[in-house]
Amino acid sequence: MKTKTNLFEAIIHGIFLILGLITVGCVLLISVYLIISGIPAIREIGLLDFLFGDTWASTASEPKYGILPFILTSIYGTAGAIILGVPVGFLTAVYLAKFAPIQVKNVMEQAVGLLAGIPSVVYGLVGMIVLVPGIRELFDIPDGAGLLAAIIVLAVMILPSIIKMSITALEAVPKEYEDASLALGATPEETYFRVSVPAAKSGIAAAVVLGVGRAIGEAMAVMMVAGNVPNMPDSLFQSVRFLTTAVASEMSYSSGLQRQALFSIALVLFLFIMLINAALNFFLKGERNK
Amino acid sequence: MKRMISAVMAIALMLALVGCGNSAQTTPTTAAPATQAPATNAPATEAPETEAAAELSGTVSTDGSTSMEAVIGALGEAFMEANPDVNFTYNPTGSGSGIQAVQEGRCDIGLSSRALKDEEKEAGLTETVLCYDGIAVIVNPANTVEDLTVEQIAGIYTGEITNWSEVGGEDAEIVVIGREAGSGTRSGFEEITGTEDACQYRQELTSTGDVITAVSQNPGAIGYASLASVKDTVKAVKVDGVAPSEDTVKDESYKIQRPFVLATQTGVELNPVAQAFFDYITSADANEIIVAAGVVPAN
Repeated sequence: MKTKTNLFEAIIHGIFLILGLITVGCVLLISVYLIISGIPAIREIGLLDFLFGDTWASTASEPKYGILPFILTSIYGTAGAIILGVPVGFLTAVYLAKFAPIQVKNVMEQAVGLLAGIPSVVYGLVGMIVLVPGIRELFDIPDGAGLLAAIIVLAVMILPSIIKMSITALEAVPKEYEDASLALGATPEETYFRVSVPAAKSGIAAAVVLGVGRAIGEAMAVMMVAGNVPNMPDSLFQSVRFLTTAVASEMSYSSGLQRQALFSIALVLFLFIMLINAALNFFLKGERNK
Repeated sequence: MKRMISAVMAIALMLALVGCGNSAQTTPTTAAPATQAPATNAPATEAPETEAAAELSGTVSTDGSTSMEAVIGALGEAFMEANPDVNFTYNPTGSGSGIQAVQEGRCDIGLSSRALKDEEKEAGLTETVLCYDGIAVIVNPANTVEDLTVEQIAGIYTGEITNWSEVGGEDAEIVVIGREAGSGTRSGFEEITGTEDACQYRQELTSTGDVITAVSQNPGAIGYASLASVKDTVKAVKVDGVAPSEDTVKDESYKIQRPFVLATQTGVELNPVAQAFFDYITSADANEIIVAAGVVPAN
């Protein structure tokens, strides 16, 4: 009887292990594939020329493969989205976690969940039809597609991740902390901002990092509103191309060194996202060790 | 000597066409009803289908231009529907690769979205124009400009002309919108206007639909798109005084257009299935599908 149970358990164990290994296998496969297909172009172009070249003209008769404009655009775009999105997302989270009446909270949380579920191509389409003409008229410029439009779209897109993670972090703050603060005569506002938020700070930091990850990896929506020309991002209204869109827009027709270079861009993007993940792990570990 | 070879080859080709006359006649008649009513009118299509199936089985392989994907894909599907035992393949590699593939015998029919060069013809390829792709230059409906020359269009796209007032419009900056590098429409447009690698785009979008949407949203915008996909949310301008339409593209009076070419090995007989496919798509019976794919049939 006992051996039978053991065998059964061993089989179940094995199945779970295999399922787990599938995920690990996918990650390994993609990483190895990206590295193998990304290295040759970097070798041929030269690492410095590739990373710090300021001209991308992949189909020209004398092709140039410099991705500095894409790297800077991705950094500026993500930073802009964080600057716009984090204050809104963070304060919304504080409101929903601490101040909001239960009905309001339920409705608003539903709305946030819905926002997270909207496909990015819809963000892009709405951006193209509403936001881009809006920016054009507001600032009286010839065309509204550019860095600013992309930043606004990205800021809205990262809101759900920031709000949801911040709420979780704020709600995990032990009630005793807040009770103690209130009992000492602090107002609810003082309590939440001086006690709850500092206690949840590593969770909130993790929310921001998650937002960064989402923003830097988004391709479809920004492709439709950023203008998508490989310019240096020297103004908010400049038509720019992100790392993600650089890969996505040219991949389908590419060949030869151009294709390899696109893989190299993907590799650079992959490294960025690995860094962000490492940062995320760092903050989450901080949360757990408290 | 060369002339004699080509004359001999022309005769051989004629003979081949005559020889295949029979199958060429049956295939279009079977395929045409299948395409007119693929789903609704099943009984009418069934009878000829089985008849044709007895004759044709095998594979037709095509290779080449990505711009021709829509038209060749639709034709291939219709042909397979009419001949269930036939397998049609299309490899979207680009015009250059397609021409090379047919030269090396890796496919039956090479697809090219430009006319064959003389050296390619000398190297043993024959071109047959399947259809013409007209590229419309589109502006916002609010724009008062109706007519541009090819030089003006080139000037706008290379950044020499930056204001609509320079070409007879209102005083507004021109917003140049185009397609991403590698797009068939972009390479076709830049080739015809002589602006390769010189275009100063404000926006590079990844689909025809996006270009049309962007142009329809911006009064100062100019863009280009396949003639058939142009909707009334944008205005197609005349080029050198000629409005883009099926007729003007076909008689080549509208300048911004390019041929979609079938490349075959000169003097080498296609296999029966490929020949039947070739005859079908170059016959008038295929025109409806070709038009539906957004290009202008040549035959």
